[in-house]
Order: sequence, then C-alpha cells, then structure tokens
Amino acid sequence: MPEFLAMHGYAAYVWSSYAIFAVVLLADLLLPILRRRRALAGLRGRLKREAARGKGAPSPSSAATNA
Amino acid sequence: MNPLVLWFHKLGSPPYFYRFAGRWLPWLYALALLTGAVGLYGGLVVAPADYQQGDSFRIMYVHVPCAWMGMFAYAFMAVNGFIGLVWRIKLSETLAMASAPIGAAFTFITLVTGSIWGKPTWGTWWTWDARLTSELVMLFLYFGVIGLYGAIEDTRQAARAAAFLALVGVVNLPIIHYSVLWWNTLHQAQTVNLLGQSKIDSRMLWPLLTLAIATHVYFFASVFARARAMLLELESGKDWVRTLALEAEHA
Repeated sequence: MPEFLAMHGYAAYVWSSYAIFAVVLLADLLLPILRRRRALAGLRGRLKREAARGKGAPSPSSAATNA
Repeated sequence: MNPLVLWFHKLGSPPYFYRFAGRWLPWLYALALLTGAVGLYGGLVVAPADYQQGDSFRIMYVHVPCAWMGMFAYAFMAVNGFIGLVWRIKLSETLAMASAPIGAAFTFITLVTGSIWGKPTWGTWWTWDARLTSELVMLFLYFGVIGLYGAIEDTRQAARAAAFLALVGVVNLPIIHYSVLWWNTLHQAQTVNLLGQSKIDSRMLWPLLTLAIATHVYFFASVFARARAMLLELESGKDWVRTLALEAEHA
C-alpha cells in the first residue's frame, strides 16, 4: 500500500491531479442539487405569502418575480 | 405522427422533461459512479506503469476523459444553442446554458491536470503551444457564455445571446482537435483511435475508455440536474411548478 501511494516518486503529481478531479466534480454535483432545493423553497415561501394575502386572488406579479 | 417524433416533441415540454430527467437521474448517477470506480481502479491499480513516464502517466486517466468531455460539452451546448436560436425551443436554450458550467469544469480540470502532468514530463508547467492555448481559449469561451447569460436580465434573451457566442466559438473545436497535427507542439499527438488501431497497450486502454463512458454518463446526469433547477426558476409562475412545490411540501 505505501508503495502504491508513493507512485514511484510521482505521488505529488498523480494524487494532486486526482484530487482536483474529485473536488471540481463534487462541486459540480452539489451545486445543481442545492439550486433546485433553493428554487423550490423560495417558491413555497412565495405561495404561502400569496395564500396569506388573499384566498385565490391570482396576482400578476407572481410570474415576473422569477429572479 | 411517428411515435419517436411525437416523444421528442413531448420531451421539449418543460414539465415532461422535468419528470423524465428526474426519473433518469438516480440511474445516471449510479452508472457514472460504478463505471467511474471500475475505471479508476483499472487506471490506478491494474494498468502497468509506462516504460518512459513511469507512474506519472496515470494522470492521463483524469486528464484525457475530461479533455474529451470539455469538447463534447461544447458541441452539446452549440447544438442545443443552435436549436434554441432557430426554433426558439425553451428546453434547448436551457440545456445549452446548463452544459456551459459543466464543460467549463471539465476544461478547467484538463488544464490543471495537464499542467501538473507537464511538469515531470516536459519540465514545465505551461507553454504557449497550440494545443494548450486553444484549450485555454475554450475555457474563456465557456466563461464568456456563462458571463453573458448572467449579465442579461431576461433569461430567454440572455440564453439566445449566449448561444450565439457559443456558436461562434465552435470554430475553436477543430483547432483544438487538429492543433497537434497542424503545429509543432509539445503536446503529444492522438494516441487513441476509435475507428482504427490505438497506439496504446490494451491494459492501459480499457480503463481510459471506461472512464470516458463514466464522464459521458456523468455529464448527462449533471445537465439533467441543472436543467431541472433552471426550468423550475424559468417556469416559476406556471401551474405545474406550483403544484410541484406544494406536493414537495406535503411529502
């Protein structure tokens, strides 16, 4: 195992490359998941506020605030 | 209408695509993880060390699949951008813009790992040779597309402007591919040939191809995940998104 990790003297090059591969793709994996959750949470909050303001009154502003 | 064409039309509808992508996502992630693990094991453990480069050649197993994916993602972005520009299909615009950050991530990995590989192999971190420079230009094109998309307030107008930039940048793809033939470069020429004989031992080749499959599958998983989030934001005023948000709350 130590021999495998040493990569015959190339350990720093090989493992740093694999680390960058792993870190960047992990970030790429998590970002859209968080973004979708945030979008749904924001939407639920907005629907709740609308429901509290008045029963079933369709507000034209709801379509525009999709920031 | 032909059922395949009909399905394709249906797929273009945001609520249908949202459900379709949601059904496929776990399988795509699982398949990418599985093939990725097998490929990494093959590349790090099974494949013998290179007779010239020793173990430093193992950087190839992250560098080359990412380089292929950087170009694949660009082509995917350009094709969807073109469809979005010509036929104004919302889903195509979304898919084009969803693939930009993923392609940028792959291109970034390619450049950094290439630099790390270059130091022990060539004796330098960086050189302004044709392959390296054209790859860097692609990263900047991705940044341009992402930046332009973010800079324009109206999301659909932004997508069309950014898609146009992406289409102009397509000229860079053949330059990257042929750079090692057209110019004298420090970067080595093509070793893997899908149609003919590859100049690489099969024990070294199969992990590379397995990782290529893994990164392709991962790309589609990532595009689907991004497109789903983007469609929710884009269609937040529509009934299907409202229903979905309320369903998610009760669940």
